[in-house]
Amino acid sequence: MSTATTDTVTKPGPGMRFTSAAANYIDERTSASGFVRELGRKIFPDHWSFMLGEVALYSFVAILLSGTFLTFFFDPSMTATHYQGSYVPLKGVEMSVAYASTLDISFDIRGGLLMRQVHHWAALLFVASIGLHMLRVFFTGAFRKPREINWVIGFVLFILAMAEGFTGYSLPDDLLSGNGLRIIDGMVKGMPVIGVWISYLLFGGEFPGHDIVPRLYVLHIMLLPAILIALIGVHMLLLIVNKHTQFAAPGRTNQNVVGSPILPVFAAKAGGFFFIVFGAIVLIASVFTINPIWNYGPYDPSPVSAGTQPDWYIGFADGALRLVPPHWEFVFLGYTWSMNILIPILVIMVFLVLVTFYPFIEAWITGDKREHHMAERPRNAPTRTAIGAAGVTFYGVMWAGASSDLMATHFMLTIEGVIVALQISLILGPIAAYIITKRVCLALQKKDREIALHGFETGRIVRLPGGEYIEVHEPLNEYDRWRLVAHETYRPLMIRPNERGRITVGQRVRAGLSRWFFEDRIEPVTRSELERAHHHE
Amino acid sequence: MAEHHDSAADGSAVELSEPRTVTSGTAVISADRFENPGLPVDHQRVTDLDPAQERKAERRIIWLFWLSLIGSVFAIAAYFIWPIEPGNMTSTRMNNLMLGIGITLGLFGIGLGAVNWAKSLMHGHEEVEPRHDTRGTEATRARAVEIFQQANAESGFTRRRLLRNSLIGALVVAPLPAVVLFRDLAPADEPHELLRHTMWEKGTRLALDPSGAPIKASDVTVGSVFHVIPESLAKLGHGDGYLEEKAKAVVLMMRLRPEELNEAEDRKDWSYDGIVAYSKICTHVGCPVALYEQQTHHLLCPCHQSEFDVANHCEVIFGPAARPLPQLPITVDAEGYLVAQSDFHEPVGPSFWERER
Repeated sequence: MSTATTDTVTKPGPGMRFTSAAANYIDERTSASGFVRELGRKIFPDHWSFMLGEVALYSFVAILLSGTFLTFFFDPSMTATHYQGSYVPLKGVEMSVAYASTLDISFDIRGGLLMRQVHHWAALLFVASIGLHMLRVFFTGAFRKPREINWVIGFVLFILAMAEGFTGYSLPDDLLSGNGLRIIDGMVKGMPVIGVWISYLLFGGEFPGHDIVPRLYVLHIMLLPAILIALIGVHMLLLIVNKHTQFAAPGRTNQNVVGSPILPVFAAKAGGFFFIVFGAIVLIASVFTINPIWNYGPYDPSPVSAGTQPDWYIGFADGALRLVPPHWEFVFLGYTWSMNILIPILVIMVFLVLVTFYPFIEAWITGDKREHHMAERPRNAPTRTAIGAAGVTFYGVMWAGASSDLMATHFMLTIEGVIVALQISLILGPIAAYIITKRVCLALQKKDREIALHGFETGRIVRLPGGEYIEVHEPLNEYDRWRLVAHETYRPLMIRPNERGRITVGQRVRAGLSRWFFEDRIEPVTRSELERAHHHE
Repeated sequence: MAEHHDSAADGSAVELSEPRTVTSGTAVISADRFENPGLPVDHQRVTDLDPAQERKAERRIIWLFWLSLIGSVFAIAAYFIWPIEPGNMTSTRMNNLMLGIGITLGLFGIGLGAVNWAKSLMHGHEEVEPRHDTRGTEATRARAVEIFQQANAESGFTRRRLLRNSLIGALVVAPLPAVVLFRDLAPADEPHELLRHTMWEKGTRLALDPSGAPIKASDVTVGSVFHVIPESLAKLGHGDGYLEEKAKAVVLMMRLRPEELNEAEDRKDWSYDGIVAYSKICTHVGCPVALYEQQTHHLLCPCHQSEFDVANHCEVIFGPAARPLPQLPITVDAEGYLVAQSDFHEPVGPSFWERER
């Protein structure tokens, strides 16, 4: 292979003369050949789940492209105007310039509606794919050393993506987005000490004021994207420095990467995949309406439509607000403490902080300082996977909370019943998910052990001379077996006194957590176990 | 970026570096574990084995790229063939659909073609690249430490402590003026004072939202619900604070049978003949409480499902809200129109820190 490549490189064909001259020109001014040497044949491992992060990146590009188009037409002003565009039902209605220009983009600019819908659908996909990408990284342990920092950066990107989503959602100044801002205003006002001031400064006076849309616009198209792009750059850079994780397979070790080189295979696959993702977004945008702001009308503090939903990624926060029982507010020292707002915000913050710092917590428990480049199968880290399942359930219940009214109307239930059921699920759901997931993981590990030891069932039943029936098991070849035995487990930490002969509280906590994590464990089959199993047969 | 050595030859990923002992914590590392069996023999694709298949794949990919060309040209044509006719929703939809389908084909063709090319024609064997410790080599790290030490020695950064700490102090304080600069994001007033007052005052007529037509008590039938604004609000334009005033002043007015109303002693005269008026702004986070259930006299906030009982001074019976909706004391004027007796007796809308002050 390598000889073939050298040949083609050294002898450019006649048609390549321009390309060679151009490459030479650029290299003499940038030393770009160094980059090509370093990165051109960099290896990327293949697995379908590694595409989730790519989807996020590519939908972000789609957002940038469509968003830039929209900025040429959108006017983020809250000055009042009387609509004179071509959407008949709203003709002559007093509204903000921002809303009117959104209507113009939708009804008077060819392709404007398409770009609006591409922008919105891509944004939904962006946050969704980041979320799935994070789940993939979490459940395969790909956040372990040396990737903890990249996990944190990725998490910040997730938060920024939601912030971008919310600021963008608020820009058209329609009834729905105005109500969203109203809710934000109410939440901000509930903050102790600074709440009223923050709301007052944010809205430039009393809600809704005339400043919030232009201010959010600056955040939406300048400040947040600048931070996002910078962090995506760092995220990618660390990906290159750390190299991608890979799943255990024959020939893949912690000291190598097995896969396709960037040039040409990975570039073609990833580049092609960008066009597929972008194409899918455009297809959805051309066939399915999203956020038909013309149906809602301009913002007015009085009307509201029943059954309104925030964009999906804000749902968990909205749901958390809904799940609070009545009367969680008190007056203390003459000040109002809005626990009905503070508690859900606090719960969400704690949840997010735990997600951010999980890699460090797990690293502390295991005490493992080695680098880990093998993506784990979720079953091989049962406690982590169970914690993840509990977290997903917790998030899911809060998310479902945001649709409690729709669930009630669609399934003919009482609103109160749905909320109470979700309140109970918020506590019990994660516990149940934890227990079930952990047991399922352990059971799957047992199954893996059995297959590694005794081979797989062939479905062939043989009758022995004695009349006994057995099913013939086919032993695995060493390649298939490797996937089942490649992983490592940890033992619970033994409490030991430190050099001064003392057992610290930190030690005890760590040992307790370690017991919780690793007490129940199934260790992979070893060589001698397999030998013994063969003898047994 | 980490230093790269020459790529190892195919299939051998032997790394020649100093082994460094790093603790593996509580990991179980058994001497008895299996050996990695190494890369399996590459499997051959049909396009590797059969030149006819290879040519077929090539033709298929060419067709995909041509499909993209056709799609992009179609999108350009669609821009002109399906223009938007003002007022015609169907034309907007057609423009959106046709333009979108053209662009979709333009993108899908390239994407599917490129992926196909990679999967069926490009060199298909997996390759191996060695990994190195992420941390720099010992020599690199030693040199980095040396540079820092040299810089420290040359600048006296740790030696001249007062100088250094003065710099740190100056750096910390320097951004603070920026915080002050943000005060004028909002006007000079005290915000919580503004929250205590609405447009309602003694004698303000209750008017229909949004027309501003005043309402006669005799027009309010039992069981009906009215969305109400102060009569004077309707005259305001958006530039004069219409939305800001409306966000505080909107009221829901309902008429119940007088025997269904349980009124507190001190509020007996706040209603008129079974007609009661309450702030429409939810005390939770400020959504309009817009859904009225006539039979139970319950109000439901569509945002977070707080429920208020109109028959009992809008007390909270379910949901995250903590306080009843504030009541607007009303009566009728000489002409029989409903009017406010005063402003609300408490701030409307979501709770805030200084509310009870």
